[in-house]
Amino acid sequence: MDLIRSHVMVCGGTGCTSSNSAAVIAEFEKLLAEKGLDREVKVVRTGCFGLCEAGPVCIVYPEGCFYAHVKTEDVARIVEEHLVKGRIVKDLLYKGAMEEDKQTVKSLDKVDFYKKQKRVALRNCGVIDPENIEEYIAFDGYAALGKVLTEMSPDDVIQTILDSGLRGRGGGGFPTGLKWKFAKASVSEKKYVCCNADEGDPGAFMDRSILEGDPHAVIEAMAIAAYAIGADQGYVYCRAEYPIAVKRLQIAIKQAREYGLLGKNIFGTGFNFDMDVRLGAGAFVCGEETALMNSIEGMRGEPRPRPPFPAVKGLFGKPTILNNVETYANVPQIIVKGADWFKTMGTAKSAGTKVFALGGKINNTGLVEVPMGTTLREVIYDIGGGIPGGKAFKAAQTGGPSGGCIPASELDIEIDYDNLVAIGSMMGSGGMIVMDEDNCMVDIARFFLDFTVDESCGKCAPCRIGTKRMLEILERIVEGKGEDGDIEKLETLAESIKTTALCGLGQTAPNPVLSTLKYYRHEYEAHIYEKRCPAGQCKALLTYKIDPDKCKGCTLCARQCPAGCISGKVREPHVIDTAKCLKCGACMEKCKFGAISRG
Amino acid sequence: MKSLAELQAIRNRMIDQVSMRKDDSIDTRVVVGMATCGIAAGARPVMLEFVEEIKRRGLENVTVSQTGCIGMCRLEPMVEITVKDQEKVTYIHMSPEKVARVVAEHIVNGRPVEEYTIGYQG
Repeated sequence: MDLIRSHVMVCGGTGCTSSNSAAVIAEFEKLLAEKGLDREVKVVRTGCFGLCEAGPVCIVYPEGCFYAHVKTEDVARIVEEHLVKGRIVKDLLYKGAMEEDKQTVKSLDKVDFYKKQKRVALRNCGVIDPENIEEYIAFDGYAALGKVLTEMSPDDVIQTILDSGLRGRGGGGFPTGLKWKFAKASVSEKKYVCCNADEGDPGAFMDRSILEGDPHAVIEAMAIAAYAIGADQGYVYCRAEYPIAVKRLQIAIKQAREYGLLGKNIFGTGFNFDMDVRLGAGAFVCGEETALMNSIEGMRGEPRPRPPFPAVKGLFGKPTILNNVETYANVPQIIVKGADWFKTMGTAKSAGTKVFALGGKINNTGLVEVPMGTTLREVIYDIGGGIPGGKAFKAAQTGGPSGGCIPASELDIEIDYDNLVAIGSMMGSGGMIVMDEDNCMVDIARFFLDFTVDESCGKCAPCRIGTKRMLEILERIVEGKGEDGDIEKLETLAESIKTTALCGLGQTAPNPVLSTLKYYRHEYEAHIYEKRCPAGQCKALLTYKIDPDKCKGCTLCARQCPAGCISGKVREPHVIDTAKCLKCGACMEKCKFGAISRG
Repeated sequence: MKSLAELQAIRNRMIDQVSMRKDDSIDTRVVVGMATCGIAAGARPVMLEFVEEIKRRGLENVTVSQTGCIGMCRLEPMVEITVKDQEKVTYIHMSPEKVARVVAEHIVNGRPVEEYTIGYQG
């Protein structure tokens, strides 16, 4: 182990694992052993690098070569050429990783995808072995906890977090320091520190990647929070659907205990803190703080009315703080580098960075972390690489089922908490789903409503019944059975659900409808009054037509049609019987002359 | 963990194992020519000696890597050392015995070992 000269970092995040990075790691280990290089080259399974689209990815240090789409059969070449002979295998490199001259390899921070990013919460993801506490320590891990316990009073800690301007990364954006301050002010012999890792938004995987790539950062931050508010027990509430995250977190907790970084008398200061993982069964509502605490207590995952707030009466009736994974991941660095350092990033009211999970119609699907105040355009085009197939950007959905859509006209908005709320969306936990011209916004609203109806816990009537009624109206509209007055009904329902639902899930459930109504009302109107879907997505509203001038009578479409509804003679224009048409689109795909259109 | 010193000790022990991953922390790069010609001339023991010597001295911010044929096969094993903001120095006909001196004089003290360089012998 003493002669290590090269590190091969292979992504072991969920994205790359599902594209078989485990086999790539095994192949590296096997071939390196065969060549007798296993004492000089170390293979490390890391957390997410962010560029999931290019997975499985691996980086070879010290050169910092970024290999993308690595298959097991490519490993032999990387070992033979790069690791034995020192020749970089250029054709396997990530396509954006070469300089213009196609000869030199760019350093990673110059690659387009990373250039505008600023990795704070993700700083160790892809850099350390998450299952080795000593690697975390080598990258200044647990230094913040040491500093806090030996040099700072709990009030100093809270003041530092307040000064940094850190706000909750789970969606609401509540100042983290304030939350801690309230919990500290509550008098109790027992207090709790909890971590919300019940990431439930469709398309979001920020917290998962942090837990998979840098679990110790969360543990360290929770210990710091515990010291600040006077707690000695912590819980991470993580969904059971995140097996890799759970496993790494459990390994990390075990290691931290072995090293005396959890347990009694940490750093010889008399401070005690220990923590456990609690698994959620994947109910969206359990991401709501009071429902989450009910679930940890072993009760049904249903929200409780607030007040009393958790800072006063939370888990097991004791004062509790609950922060999101990403919020915690920022804390150790704020302690080490100071509140002023943190404030240099971001905007006046939203300091720091935000991690987004980019998904949907985007080239570089993956995980990005940018300073607050970065524009949506930069995220989508400069980092995300734009929309596939050169299609037009239509909207970005942020905040999941609680959020809304940002239309193309707001592409230059600087992303921070307040700006997003001002245009009817919200930061949310950081899922960002990109939509292009082919997405029907009414259908998107229906999709999210369908999700909330499914996930509503049923405790309060506005959410249980109200969202169901909204969904029924939306389903009617996309089926072409919309009536005059439907839009107004949706608006009335949305308003009353917003104001009367018990918890955040219900109060925000109408948001996808309201924000699409705000920017895409004409699409709703087209569905209802003209029985037409402008994006061409709602099947019930489509009709396929053959343009007789363009049709050459090749009969290809007639042979493709599964319903046999296209007729016509050879070399004469064909006709579609719209009554029998299934609207499958097979004819349109096959037509070589572009004679078939839908609308 | 009973003290900060203990944490610091782990950090110190680990830091040189991970320093190659910190892009901006690298001050000195040692590149060994490891094409067929280099390997045949004995480049591997030279490279391993560099790794070991750097480890022995506990030098941070120095990486050892390899490259292909530098082009003058008759002068192998060749080693290029680049110290940040300075011109690259190329050593030729290296052997494991010469490594300690190069590390001490060039990497630690900043004075290239003239007599081993390509300019001196070539």
